[in-house]
Amino acid sequence: MEEALQNILTTYLKEDGNIITILQDVEENFGYIPEEAVIWFSKKLDIPASRFYGVATFYAQFHLKPKGKNVITICRGTACHVKGSERLLRGFRKRFNLPDGEDTTADGEFTIETVACEGTCSMAPAVLINGKVCGKMTADKLAREIKILKGKKTKKTADDNES
Amino acid sequence: MESGGNYSIMERFRTHVMLCSGMNCVDSGTMKIKAAFEEELRKRGLEGEIKIVLTGCNGYCAHGPVMVVQPDNIFYQSLTVEEVPNLVEEHFLKGRPYQKLLFKEPEKKLAIPQMNEIPFFKYQVLRVLRNTKLIDPESLEEYIARDGYQAAAKALTQMTPEEIVMVVKDSGLRGRGGAGFPTGLKWELGLKIKSDVKYVICNGDEGDLGAFMDRAVMEGDPHSVIEGMIICAKATGSRQGYIYVRAEYPLATKRLRIALDQCYETGLLGKDIFGTGFDFDLKIFKGAGAFVCGEATALMRSIEGKRGMPTPKLWRSAEKGLWDKPTVLNNVETFANIPQIILKGADWYRSLGTERSGGTKVFSLTGKVRNSGLIEVPLGISLREIIYNIGGGIEGGKTFKAVQTGGPSGGCIPANLLDLEVDYESLALAGSIMGSGGMVVLDETDCMVDIAKFFLEFTQTESCGKCIPCRVGTKRMLEILDRVTSGNGKKGDIELLEELGHYIRATSLCGLGMTAPNPVLSTLRYFRNEYEAHIRDKKCPAAVCKDLITYSILEELCNGCGACKRACPADAIRGTRKTPHRIDPEICIKCGTCFDACKFKAIMKV
Repeated sequence: MEEALQNILTTYLKEDGNIITILQDVEENFGYIPEEAVIWFSKKLDIPASRFYGVATFYAQFHLKPKGKNVITICRGTACHVKGSERLLRGFRKRFNLPDGEDTTADGEFTIETVACEGTCSMAPAVLINGKVCGKMTADKLAREIKILKGKKTKKTADDNES
Repeated sequence: MESGGNYSIMERFRTHVMLCSGMNCVDSGTMKIKAAFEEELRKRGLEGEIKIVLTGCNGYCAHGPVMVVQPDNIFYQSLTVEEVPNLVEEHFLKGRPYQKLLFKEPEKKLAIPQMNEIPFFKYQVLRVLRNTKLIDPESLEEYIARDGYQAAAKALTQMTPEEIVMVVKDSGLRGRGGAGFPTGLKWELGLKIKSDVKYVICNGDEGDLGAFMDRAVMEGDPHSVIEGMIICAKATGSRQGYIYVRAEYPLATKRLRIALDQCYETGLLGKDIFGTGFDFDLKIFKGAGAFVCGEATALMRSIEGKRGMPTPKLWRSAEKGLWDKPTVLNNVETFANIPQIILKGADWYRSLGTERSGGTKVFSLTGKVRNSGLIEVPLGISLREIIYNIGGGIEGGKTFKAVQTGGPSGGCIPANLLDLEVDYESLALAGSIMGSGGMVVLDETDCMVDIAKFFLEFTQTESCGKCIPCRVGTKRMLEILDRVTSGNGKKGDIELLEELGHYIRATSLCGLGMTAPNPVLSTLRYFRNEYEAHIRDKKCPAAVCKDLITYSILEELCNGCGACKRACPADAIRGTRKTPHRIDPEICIKCGTCFDACKFKAIMKV
């Protein structure tokens, strides 16, 4: 970790960056903002950790917890909304029994997120599966995609074929 | 297409295949099509004669992946890998358009090969989007071949800042980001202020839901934005600029970065541009995902590395903006308009549009419309022309209900105002706003209370929390809407929503709060009866609000295929194969998954 952080620091100094650019690099490197990283930068740059957290909690791009192995992002733009994206979201959360406030399944396999608008409104409802946009999504199609992802991880156990 | 352009760059190849690489097409498989095309051309020995170019968004997103063969201007849609060999055979070897993939006129099923003859394109006028389907956005040469950087050269070598400001003022161009402030006036203020350091910022934080115009420009014609900014820098005496790009747009960032590098390599940016002694540096700043950063002062705080919270507008940004220095901020589309205005003059620009709103506007037309996509039309065009002539009407034979313009800050315009001429004032009078140009078409199956709640949920989440009217006010409004849509609405709720809405509008600190009540107030104005049905009758007329509807299976239509049972995430559906199924209302979570899954329309919601 130290080395990655050092690299980010070098870029920051070279390109005249700021807290946001540092956090963007951290997020890109680790997939979230680890507490150790914040403390490390706070000491190196003599900026209170609270300012890092102030920024990190303000912007949607930053996560304070690691994400699951697979990230399913449901677009919640207007066009997607009127074409049923909320139903997809509700169905997905129920399928994995995610309690309110929790976005990652207990086994760490899936994280479900929303994005305000992906800008692919002609493909509504759009869902990003590990960053790849899949348009005109239906609950059925999503279930199939999830099954495929699950299959990859566990090499198709009998259990998965059942569900 | 308005400008004939210069195709000299294309001379080496007999034909160019302009394959759309806009997001909607890429998601439907553009890259696979490109590979198949290259393979097929190689097989037929045509690779030296026909060039495949990945262009920006073509606009006709509904039928992606699409491509245009130039210079013949033949449009092909719904491309598939399997059809590529046939297409190459017919069009490029036999020399006749390949019928199967041509656009078909929906009623008589007549094929229309020429792009300009297709209704979706016929009624458009391309100024901002004039290059997006014609050039490779990663090629500076192709931009230059389309008159690129001629306007910057003219502005830098032949015009004084005052002259530039005058042309922009006379053109009547108004900020395309939403509020519609006259661009020339803004530049004039920037020019008049004396300061050692001044900034130019391009707002590419396109946060409005259902809007992707700026994305298409940044991805499809990034140099036009940069050129507009160079001209603005000259006009206002700035030497440093920033392009603030939304976090969700990695491709736009990449294309802008390539364009910037090309400009620095060729001396279009940096020191002593065109040997005039004029210096201008431009940097990209990636946003981090906050809707409020579309607001000018919040955006500037974000570039400064802080939480993106707006500051009270005690002075204009042109006086005190980024790092307290004079700053001129315009959005992507505004800057992309500038080069053509400088080259062709204010009168040319004003020749389209209305008296108060000159020129054209790019809209993203989405929702329940047949031809969704990206369009550019002269201001003053009616909503009916946009939705029916260009958009091809409502999909699935449903009835038009309303069009939502302006995203979360806008409102819904009902059917009886379809002949409204679109400009800044007329939309404002109708209780909506122009906004950045999102247009979401709604049909009879959309609940207007739900739409209002949807937008308010969004603005509530995105409220930065600094001022009380927005932070607390929107929360209270949302609670009322939650109550109404769940069947617990009370008498007086409508009046309370109106009262709160007016207070929030009048007392919020920034545009986000001031416009947040718009979706609620405009739907109350035109669709009050729907609110009343929710409150008084505990019914959702469009059968959307889940607490007010129940799902059931029509026995006579159910053939027991089991699709609903498999899809149900709550295991609420009972039944054996080939016999009618039944939904257990106790377990049903009303997610609607079964409704979407059933191919026999056997599932009812009332």
